[in-house]
This record gives sequence, C-alpha cells and structure tokens, in this order.
Amino acid sequence: MLTQIPLSYSIRNLWVRRVTTLLTASGMALVVFVFATALMLDAGLKQTLVSTGEPDNVIVVRKGSGTEVQSAVSRQQAAVVPTFPEVAVIDEPLASREVVMLISLPKKQSGTMSNVMIRGMEPVGVSLRRKVRLTEGRMFRTGSNEIIVGKSVRAQFSGVSVGEQISFGGRDWLVVGAFDAQKSGFDSEIWGDVDSLMQSFRRNAYSSVIVRLTDPASFAGLEARLNDDPRLSLAARREPDFYADQSAGLSRFIQILGLTLAGIFSVGAVIGAMITMQAAVANRTAEIGTLRALGFQRQAILVTFLAEAVWLSLIGGVAGLILASGMQYIEFSTTNFQSFAELAFGFELSLGIALLSLLFALLMGMVGGMMPAYRAARMNIIEALRCA
Amino acid sequence: MLMGRLLLRNIFRHPGRTFLTFLGLLIATLAFGLLSTVVTAWYAGAENASPSRLITRNAISLVFPLPIAQSERIRQVDGVKRVSWVTWFGGIYQEPRNFFPQFAVDPESYLAAYPEYLVSDDVRAAFFRDRRAALVGRKIANQFGFKPGDLLTLKGQVFPGNWEFIIAGIYDGRDLGTDTAQMFLHWNYLNEEIKRRGLPRAGDTTGAFVVEVHDPFRGAEVGLQIDGLFRNSAHETLTETEQSFQLSFVAMTEAIVLAIQIVSYVVILIIMAVMANTMAMSARERTAEYATLKALGFSPGFVAGLVFGESLLLATLGGLAGLLLTFPVAALFGSALGTFFPVFQVAQATSLLQLVLAMLVGLVAALVPAIRSARIGIVSGLRTI
Repeated sequence: MLTQIPLSYSIRNLWVRRVTTLLTASGMALVVFVFATALMLDAGLKQTLVSTGEPDNVIVVRKGSGTEVQSAVSRQQAAVVPTFPEVAVIDEPLASREVVMLISLPKKQSGTMSNVMIRGMEPVGVSLRRKVRLTEGRMFRTGSNEIIVGKSVRAQFSGVSVGEQISFGGRDWLVVGAFDAQKSGFDSEIWGDVDSLMQSFRRNAYSSVIVRLTDPASFAGLEARLNDDPRLSLAARREPDFYADQSAGLSRFIQILGLTLAGIFSVGAVIGAMITMQAAVANRTAEIGTLRALGFQRQAILVTFLAEAVWLSLIGGVAGLILASGMQYIEFSTTNFQSFAELAFGFELSLGIALLSLLFALLMGMVGGMMPAYRAARMNIIEALRCA
Repeated sequence: MLMGRLLLRNIFRHPGRTFLTFLGLLIATLAFGLLSTVVTAWYAGAENASPSRLITRNAISLVFPLPIAQSERIRQVDGVKRVSWVTWFGGIYQEPRNFFPQFAVDPESYLAAYPEYLVSDDVRAAFFRDRRAALVGRKIANQFGFKPGDLLTLKGQVFPGNWEFIIAGIYDGRDLGTDTAQMFLHWNYLNEEIKRRGLPRAGDTTGAFVVEVHDPFRGAEVGLQIDGLFRNSAHETLTETEQSFQLSFVAMTEAIVLAIQIVSYVVILIIMAVMANTMAMSARERTAEYATLKALGFSPGFVAGLVFGESLLLATLGGLAGLLLTFPVAALFGSALGTFFPVFQVAQATSLLQLVLAMLVGLVAALVPAIRSARIGIVSGLRTI
C-alpha cells in the first residue's frame, strides 16, 4: 500500500504552471503585504510612544486631563511637587516644570500647516530624558529665545534647520540645535526654555511636572501623597503608561482599518487560490486516476493537493513579507488624535509579525485549497481514468 | 450574433470557476467602493463648506483662544455681513468612545450664519431662552436616544468638571452632506462658568470667529483685512475660507488618507491578478478549439474578440454587482462607525469609477491570452488535445 506522494510532486506541478503560480502567488503577496504593514505600523506607533517614557520618571498633570496640552498646573501646585521625598535629588531635585503647547508650521512635502508640539522645560528637564542626544549645534540657553528641534521635526517641516528663525507668540525664535531622541516621541517636538515660552504665550500655568523617582517602587508613595492633599488636584502617572495611553486611539484606528482591509482582501486571494487549484485538479483528472490505480489512498491525494496550495501561499507569503520589510525604511507622519500634534513613527517588523503574516498566508492557502483537494480525493478511479 | 452565443456558452462552461471569479470581482469592487467612500467622508467637511463663510483663528495655532472683543473690530471691516464665534467644548458623554463634537456658540448669530442647520421655530425659541439649553443633531439624537427636555451631563476635558445641559431640541440637515453629529451650547453660559468656577482659562475668549461675507468672491480680500487689523498685536489672527480651514484638518491626517487611497488601488491589482489567471487558464484549455475556429476560416480578430468579450462580460457583471452592493454595505458601515464620520455617503463619482475599473480589469486580464490565442498556429494548435 502506498500512502505518501513525495512533496516534490507538488512543487514540480507549481513549476510546470509557472505563469498561473506567479499570478496567484502575487495576489497573495499583496494581501500579506497589506496585513503585515498594518501590524508593522501599529507596532511602530506603540514602540515610539512606549520608548518615550522612562520607567523611573513620573509625569504629574491636572486630574482628569489625558494629555499635557490640556493640562494646567498652577505655579503654587508645581512648587510643591519637587519637595516630595520620593523625588531623586542630585544637588537639586530632579524635577522639571514644563509647559507644552501647539504651534502650526508648514510641512516640507505638501506645504500645508500642521501642529507641532513645543515644550518649554527647565535645564534639568534635558537630563531627565536619557535617550536624547544633541546631534548638531548646541543646547538652548536659559531665559533666551533659543530652541532646539527633534529629528523628525527637522525631517518633516520646513524652515527649522539650525541657524534659521521661526516666529510665533509675538517673538522670533532662533534654532540653535537639533537632537536625536532615538525614535521616541520627543523626535516630534521642539524644545525651549520654559520661562521664555510662558512669557511670550502669556501663560500663568505649567502643563506638567516631570520628576525622577529615587527608586521606581516609590511611585505608590508619590501617588498617595498627591491624592491625600486636596489642594493639589493633580494626578501622577508613570511615563510609559502615560505615553501608551496617548497612542490608544490612533493605534485602535490603524488596527481596525488594517485588519478589516486584510480581511476583505484575503477573501479575494482565497478565491484566486481556489480557482487555480480547481483548474489544477480538473487538468489532472487522468493523472489522479492513475495515482489512485497505482494504490495511493484518497488521503494521500488530499494531502498532495493541499500541500500544493500551501506551497503556493508560502511563496506568496514570503514575497509579501519581503515587500513589507522594505517599508522599514519609510517614516510615517500623521496627527495623533489625542494630542492633536504631529507624530512621526516607523514601520516595525518583529519576528512575531513575520510569523503571524506567514501563518495568515498558510491559512489562506489551506482555505482556498481545501475544496479542490477534497474533490480530487473523492474522484472515482474508473471515471477519472476514462478522461485520459 | 454567433459571437454572443459563443461567449455565453464559454462563460458557463466552468460554472464553478465563473462564479468564483465573479465573486472575486464583486468583493474587489465593493472594497474599492467602501475605501473611496471613507476617503470621501474624510473630505465631507470641506466639501460642504460655504464659500461665504470665513474662519478667523489664532495665528499661532487653533488651541490658543482669541479675545471676544475682536468681534467688534471684525464687524466693522468692509464686506463683513455677520460675525459669530465658536469654541470647542470637548466633553465626554459617559465614556470616551461616545465621541461627538460639542461647540459653545453665540446662538442667534451662529444659527443665522449656518442656514443648512434646519431648526423649527419652537426649538429655536427654546434654545435661545435657556442659557443651559443645548441643540443636538439628528444623528447623535438617534444614536444616543436624546429627546427634548432630557438632562445631559458631559465630563469636561478642556474645561474640567461636570457640565449639565438641557436638550432644547434637535436640528436636521438641509443637504445630505450636512453634519448632524454635533451639539451646540451657549457660549455665554460657558464663559460665566469659567469665571465662576475659576477655571485656568482666560474668560471672554473664543476659539474662532465665523465671519460671513456679503460677496464670496471678496472672501480672500476681507480675510487679509481682518488679519491686518490684529498684526503685531498680542493676538494675531489667521483668516481663511471655511473650506481651507476644514482642509487643514484633512491635511493633518493626509498620510492616512494617502495610505487608504493606495490600498484601494492595490485591491484592484489583486483582482487583476486573479482575473488574468482565470482568463489565461481558460484560453490555454481551449487552444485546440481556437485552432479549429481558425481552421474553419474565422479571423484571428474573431478569436481575440471571443477572449476579450468573455473577460469583459464577466468583469462588468461582477463590477455591477459590487457597485450595487456598495450602497447597503456602506449604510451598514456608516451606522456601525457612528459619529466617527458625520457624513458617510457613496459619491456618484465612486460608482462610476468602480464600473470603469472593473471593465479595465476585464480588458487588461484578457490582453495576453487574447493575443496568444489569436496567434495560435492552426497545425500546432490542433495537435494539443
């Protein structure tokens, strides 16, 4: 009794019908491409916002406000926070009172205006962000009208190179430096001195206070201290949590859109695979009859044709992944609904996404190949042989 | 005539395959239609903007308010018919996912500037009378079951605290594209509460002015004059037509719109691959037949016509079915998304494009098989049985 047909039979059959194989596989490749890029974009967004926060940093904002732009912390309130014992001290408390606002700047590519986040901070604020490195020029000076710009702001917006001036808030601001925040959200920000910015925007309140904890575990103590003081009405969040929440809306949108699309497209690709396999079975009726007459079991026929569909989808899946991996070199920039400011992020290909995409391709092949393979296996030997 | 009969017979030779190809085309056309409708919905605000309305906002960015006193000076500009103002309230109804926009407005002048919001005289009077009254659009009224007289509590995001409003009534849209997923409240009430509650936000300010002009053709000129009034002041303004104001919102998310547009054409490419595959397979199977036809004296053009005709017929049928199905599916999709897209309508241009693209798929898919079939050598073709 012969139970197994060699795998090479399936592969050779695909090679014989090169054009058909190519067309079907490229249809699948496009579907896998869409599927993978949607997941990659979502992963890139999360990675950008999660890496923005540092585990031992805490951000203090007004109770109930989800973003720094909406928050307001009065000078009295802000003065209390650095005195808490949970805040690390190196000569001075590691706490930066900051103000965050939005300004419109023209984008390089389209010339249209988009919102950019501008952050005023105390000198200690820069050292609270360990990832940030100056790549060009120098740091802004306290009390001056100097600003430094993030890497993505430089790439996406015009008129913000080192040495150029931009005007907002009734003043001209001189770009004196550019920084790289290693793909975190700070790359999409402009930084300057907090007092100069508040003065020119006529603001009395800070947006947030950023503090470094003596030890990440002391967060609960700080939180309790804020809650116990009714004068404060402030809320503390760990930075990684705070920034993860910022991405929730946009992330959900990308996921729903991407996966709905991949879902609809996969139906098209499954149909393509089905047509191809159906034709393969129809063309080889006599061959199937011969195989059965030689003693191969129905099951072996089923597995063979299913294997052929799976190989086909695997070719498509790998091709789609290769296409998608090329997207890693592209930067995506759009307005984050929650913060209302431009945010740049990339496509992030992880092993998990690669495996998931291949699995998705295999599933399409299986679904598309199942019916034709079943039909092939059910063929009557004598009638099949008569077709020759 | 003969060609027509041959075409029909050929199409139904492999009913299973024909049906699958038809289904594939239907789904692709449907997907394209839905994606185009999403893009159209994105631009709905700009599409329905009135050319006689200008929006004046803070030149730094929209989040900075303007002092209400500026309205007096704007009104004196030559060519200005009416000035109203609007502030983004940004409250949450029960849960963040129940999103709908709320605006604090000056009721009389705002409703006069927006004649496309249809409000009955009773509702209008009730809205004007009570300072805590709110006017809601038909779409959100249906979604959340709001009725006149209901008490509505919003949790303020921009203006912290709980805010209670009484629904004075519901407004309808004059056109299909009118946004009825908004809520309006009294700017006066908001302003007083800001002062009374001591909120960290300057009183007597507004987010933007709505300026109605007498002559839409002079809009740009009036806008420049308004901005000139406040140049070098503490509150410089930026005035643009309502349309370009709306487009600036679209521009913020243009990367997403672009991605959707690219993807909607990718789906056409996918179905083109599927369809080309079907046609290539059919043509290869019929090599002997086509050779026979040629041996009988039919021209290569006739054979090519057969392949083209079959492909085009199938593609058009699938495209038409997809086109018709787009309407109910879009309606379903629109109601599932709720207020995310205030206006979700299939545009006529979308339907037309669907049909044209489906036929294009049919033509391109048949190109190579048709040429190959027309060139079949009679002798070698007859040999392949």
